[in-house]
Parts: sequence; C-alpha cells; structure tokens
Amino acid sequence: MWKLFQIELYKIFRRPRTYIAFAAITALIVIVQLGLKSDGKEYSEFIMADLKNSIEVEGNIVNGYFVCYVILQLLLIHVPLLIALIAGDMISGEANAGTLRLLLTKPVSRTKFMLAKFSASAVYTVLLLIWIAILALFASILIFGTDDMFIMKTQYAVQIENSDVFWRYCGAFCFAALAMITVAALGFFLSQFAENSIGPIVATMSIIIVFTILSTMSLPIFSKIRPFLFTTHMVTWKEFFDIKVNDANEAIKGTVQHPERLIRSALVLVAHIVIFISVSVALFRKKDILS
Amino acid sequence: MKKIVLLLLLVSGFQLAAFSQDMTELVKKVKAKLDQVNDYVADGKMKTDVTFIKAPVGKVKMYYKKPGKFKLRRDGGISVLPKGGISISPGALMTTSDFVALAAGEAVVEGVKTKVVKLLPLNENSEIVLTTMYIDEPNLLIKKATTTTKESGTYEMTFSYGKYSSYALPDKIVFSFNTKDYKLPRGISMEFEDDAKPSELDKMKNKKGKVEITYASYLINKGVEDSVFK
Repeated sequence: MWKLFQIELYKIFRRPRTYIAFAAITALIVIVQLGLKSDGKEYSEFIMADLKNSIEVEGNIVNGYFVCYVILQLLLIHVPLLIALIAGDMISGEANAGTLRLLLTKPVSRTKFMLAKFSASAVYTVLLLIWIAILALFASILIFGTDDMFIMKTQYAVQIENSDVFWRYCGAFCFAALAMITVAALGFFLSQFAENSIGPIVATMSIIIVFTILSTMSLPIFSKIRPFLFTTHMVTWKEFFDIKVNDANEAIKGTVQHPERLIRSALVLVAHIVIFISVSVALFRKKDILS
Repeated sequence: MKKIVLLLLLVSGFQLAAFSQDMTELVKKVKAKLDQVNDYVADGKMKTDVTFIKAPVGKVKMYYKKPGKFKLRRDGGISVLPKGGISISPGALMTTSDFVALAAGEAVVEGVKTKVVKLLPLNENSEIVLTTMYIDEPNLLIKKATTTTKESGTYEMTFSYGKYSSYALPDKIVFSFNTKDYKLPRGISMEFEDDAKPSELDKMKNKKGKVEITYASYLINKGVEDSVFK
C-alpha cells in the first residue's frame, strides 16, 4: 500500500492543476498582507469603532498574529473549493482517462487502493495548509512583527499575551487540517459516482456553498439543522482564540473558553471522514468497473 | 426690614467667600505637595476590568512630567485604557492654578475622614467641567476624585497610599469609567454560534469599567525625556 500511496502522490503533484491552489493561496495572502501593510491602521480602527466609544487600545494591534487571524478567517471558507479540485478528481479522473480498470488488474485489494488514494488527497490537503501557515503566519510575523493578539468577537474583545498565542495557532491549524480533510473525504466520496471530474468537483463545491450559507445565516429556521452540518463545525478553530477569565475578569493564560466545543466539533468532523471513506470503500468494493 | 435682609445677605455672602477661600488654600497646599514631583518613572501592574474585554494582568511602565504629561506603556504588549487617554496620576488632576474651590462637606473614604472639595476651572475652554476631590486634610493627600469632562464623560479615581505618601504618590489607583454597549456585526466577526445567553448579555450592558494600577516602584525627579510622551 505504501508504494501505491507514493504513486498516487506522484500523480497528484505531476498535474498542473494541483499548483493552481498553491498559486491562488499565495496571491490571496500577499494581497491581504499588502493591503494591511498600507492601510492596517484604518482597518483596525474600522473594526474597533464600536469599542472606541469606551476605551482606547494602544500598541501594535496589526501585528503578525492579528494578520494571520484575518487571513485564516477569509481563506478557510474558500480553501475547501480548492481541495475539491483534487479530491473530486481522485476516482473520476481515472475513470475518465480509462485507467481505473487497468489499475485494478494489479494484485492490490480495492480497499487498499481506495485508502491509498484518499491518503494521497489528505496529504495534499495538509501540504496546502502548511503552505498557508508558512505564508499567513510566519511571513506575517516577519513583515508585521509580533505583539499581544487583540481580536474583536461579536460580543466582546479578547487580548491574548504574545507568549500565549503560538500554541493556539498550532492547534488552530491542526483543527483546520481536520476540517479540510473532511472536505477531501466528501469530494473523494462523490468522485466514484461519475466518469468525469467536473461532476464531483462541482457537486462538492455546491454542497459546501449551500451548507456554508445555511451555517452562516442567523435565521431561527436554520438554527435547528445548523449543528448537523459539517460546515458549522469547520469554523470551530476560532475557539482556540477565546480565553477563560477568572472571577476578577482577568484572562487566564493557556486556557480556552469552550474546549468542549472543540472536542465536539472535532468528533463530528472525524465521524464525517469515517462515514464518507467507509461508504466509499464499501460501495467501490461492490462496484462493477467498466471504465 | 429691607436693610436687615440686605445686611444678612451681605454677611452670608462674605462667609461663603471666606469658606471657599479656605478650600482654595487647602487645594493649594495639596498642589504644593504634588509639585515636589517634577517627573517620575514608575513600574507597576495594570488590570483592566471591562465586562466586554478579556485582558490579562500586565506589567506597565508609567511616565509623568509636570504640568500634566502622562504616558502609560505596557511592557511589550497592547494596553487598554479609558477613552480619551485620560491621565491616571494625582499630579495630572491639578495642572492649572485657575480654579475655584468650593467646600462640599465631609465624607469618609476607606475609613479616612476627608474634606469634600468641588473644583471648578475658570478657563471656559478647559476639558474638565468639574472635579470633586476627597482630601485627607492632615496628610494633604487626595483619597478620591470624580471628574466630569466635556468629551470623555465622568470618571472616578481612588488612591491608596504607602511608602511614597510624602510625595503624594499612590501605591494603587483604581480608575472607574462608564462604558457603552459593544457589539460587532457577525458579518465582520464571522462568528455564527451564539456565545452568550441573554442574561449574560444584560450583564455586559452599561457597566462601569475599571483600570487598576498597582505601583511597585517610583523613580522620582530623575528627568524624563519629552519624546517619551509622543
């Protein structure tokens, strides 16, 4: 299976379309960084306008940690679309090229074949996130420096000490990886139902767009179904940037306000991955391969 | 009869003027004590207690220079201060000699009997409209001050003194100020889960904010560069 996995990885990274996602992410991050470098003060004043009715915040607010948070907020909604490009092509691409039947003539079980293909798409997803981390976090730290992180949430603002931020990003990126692998699993699942790549890619994108709209619209009618949508749990990485306070309203270093939300969302995402892959393998094992 | 009424009015007017003058003397004595300090650099800890802000306790450095320059810097971090960058120092309360001091009785602050003095600035362009001071007369120390400003609302300062009381410099200051409601649209915060219950939200509304500074040490009259305050 290791050999199979290596071959699949080679196939992914030999295709030019693989690098579209890396290029798009690079362009987006550089644009945001340039914008914040030139007008970061205006941006921070805009989002803190309501807060400034009562208080003043002094210091390097638009620092590398803050910039990375802004980029992740913007990007992690759109990255699933880029992942769908690869994951939705994993089986359907082979079917379209007429190589699926040929591949299955080799002495490898269909389960191993499917797991190797999914593992390769998961590795691609993780590499994409590592690339985001390098550009959004490390490059932003180089450009904007570091300081305490001051972020505005809907009902309150959170100040996290400089030395208490980095581990939160490690956790947030790990969580984001889990969320993106869920998207890869969905694309991979849909990939076996078509004989060309367009269908599964568009279907994955459509599901994510519809679910994201349902997750984000604050209407009571959608509030009951929201917990069952995996897109709702994909944004839970933000919980790493909320901190507990003691009775004297002092922020407690090294804490997370709602760890139970992180655990619940992580379990929901893992369950989705397991279901998508198990069903994919089960269906593929019984499938009559004609292409 | 008219003459008697006029006489009574005149006498009471003189008495009020004389009483007000007494308070001016007391305030001037306090100011003279504060004026011993030309500048200082102080180290301390700052705690911000505002219902809609979660902030850690941080080390701060404070700079003061006569007649009212004040700067607070958090050691390698972001500092959250009341609106208007109000000077958190007793010396900054009395930057001018142009005021009218009126007696407003006596009060007990933290177990200490104090004289209540209303301070009205004579300059019409002054940002401060009225300051009420609670002065520990025997020690010439301001124990509490409530200031109403044109732009930054009303704020209150309470002072606790220790080893630097001979310079009228406090060991601890609690700065209280009014806060307005805070809410960021979900479209900007990109949060879609309800964070707080309605009862918790009510608690956050119209609460007083507090900034508590505990001073660890002062470096007095050693000179402070003007560039620090820019």
